[in-house]
Amino acid sequence: MVRFFLLGILFGITLTMGEVISWFRIHEMFRFESFHMYGVIGSAVVLGAAFHLLAKRRKWLAQGGQPLDIHRYSANRWTSYLLGGTVFGMGWAVTGACPGPLFITLGAGYWPIVVAILGALLGTLLYGILRSKLPH
Amino acid sequence: MQLSPWPWYVVGPLIALTMAALLLSGRRFGISSTLRTMCTVAGAGSLSEYFRLDWRAQRWNLVFVLGTVCGGAISRFVLLAPDPVELNPATVASLQAQGITDAGAAFAPAALFGPEAWSNPLAVLTLLLGGLLVGFGTRWANGCTSGHAISGLSSLQWPSLIAAIGFFIGGLTVTHFVLPHWLPIL
Repeated sequence: MVRFFLLGILFGITLTMGEVISWFRIHEMFRFESFHMYGVIGSAVVLGAAFHLLAKRRKWLAQGGQPLDIHRYSANRWTSYLLGGTVFGMGWAVTGACPGPLFITLGAGYWPIVVAILGALLGTLLYGILRSKLPH
Repeated sequence: MQLSPWPWYVVGPLIALTMAALLLSGRRFGISSTLRTMCTVAGAGSLSEYFRLDWRAQRWNLVFVLGTVCGGAISRFVLLAPDPVELNPATVASLQAQGITDAGAAFAPAALFGPEAWSNPLAVLTLLLGGLLVGFGTRWANGCTSGHAISGLSSLQWPSLIAAIGFFIGGLTVTHFVLPHWLPIL
């Protein structure tokens, strides 16, 4: 548990020092007026892909000898990926925060973000209730 | 300390490192699933079977999120110099014209994140609605930036590319067609 707490601290520091939690940076990204966020996400994806490739080739295992717990998204739910993704993107542009930064912004002391966190929990609750009526 | 903000080539690799460390620890990188866990902890299992899960198995992720909150506090109050975010002048000009007068002079717009936001019902409503879209959308898409854009894309999965395209359809629509009308009345 201590390890996950420390990794969380590292992640929180990374996104704050990188200004990823700034509403301005996200707005600038959606206006295509800065390379910063594309560099952040792009380099994380490229290095992450290198990690996945190495892990597969060298058959790396997780601590305890289990295979890596890589989530495989089911291929036949594309409606939910596209529509859910679009809904999330709208919220990302409004709040300037995806779920990680929602909580990191709270730590950084911008208290009104509490309202957005409550909204996100409410949205999650609403999804749970309406789930069977939504296309997936 | 008064550190300058970190450039993208430091931030991106550290995000990849976080994902790799979680995978090698037998876990996975995904923040929006903790929203579901939090609803479960709050007792939402009585409202939908979606929330009937063993939240104890997800406790590590709640601890991770708690760590991110601390990381945000450490950076803001100890590490990071209190300088404004250096934006593209075009972004600054556009936001200034829309009434966000502290663009280029602050870390976050005070209209939404400063103390004055509390006394503006429209600002509170904006944050609530925005948050609602984030929660609803990420759970519908079964992942957010960490799960789809970082973990899913880097493990070369088509569903995550579709989700990421969705992120941009939604984000671009709101940024270019909604906010220009919304921000001026904030």
